[in-house]
Amino acid sequence: MGLDVDIIFKIAGVGIVVAFLHTILDQMGKKEYAQWVTLFGFIYILFMVASIVDDLFEKIKSVFLFQG
Amino acid sequence: MISLKKLNLCFYSKDKGGSEIEIVQIIGVALVATFLALILKEQKPNFAFLLIVFTGCAIFLFLVDQIYLVINMIERLATNAKINLVYVETILKIIGIAYIAEFAAQITKDAGQGSIASKIELGGKILILATAIPILTVMIETIIQLIPG
Repeated sequence: MGLDVDIIFKIAGVGIVVAFLHTILDQMGKKEYAQWVTLFGFIYILFMVASIVDDLFEKIKSVFLFQG
Repeated sequence: MISLKKLNLCFYSKDKGGSEIEIVQIIGVALVATFLALILKEQKPNFAFLLIVFTGCAIFLFLVDQIYLVINMIERLATNAKINLVYVETILKIIGIAYIAEFAAQITKDAGQGSIASKIELGGKILILATAIPILTVMIETIIQLIPG
């Protein structure tokens, strides 16, 4: 459970930092950069979440469906 | 803290390795994730959604070992009772399908897409029915044999 809590905090931290950067870049008048920052943050988090969803499906397959 | 220790002694034998702490861990993680998701939802709703998905997966992965113990016990019971193992396997497959479908439907509903959630549930139901066809066939054949005539 240690690793998972770590990643939960990581996701929340990336989200808050990205929101902060978005606001600041927006106020500086660089809307495009703000969009890119949001997009990259989202992709980074999506990568982490997708890897654990894959893990979950593999586990369910091996436990319930006897294919592991 | 002392009362917690007493609870441990009362409710739990030592050989299982402390499952009663695990529920505390799960509750802690879930509450922390909920607060973080609430904070994040004001800024970036899609990030909060991913956080919730991640938390759900993490909690299930944490529980897989215990589920495996239960399934192992069911299998052993079935073997001892000389039931055909195909039936138990089918039932376990159905449980797996039901769990995944429920998980996905809940997450989709959380994200505000109720119609997709109901489609996922429909898919789960139909696949469960299709998986249960061998059992249903055997049952219907048995019933027909029982009928005299």
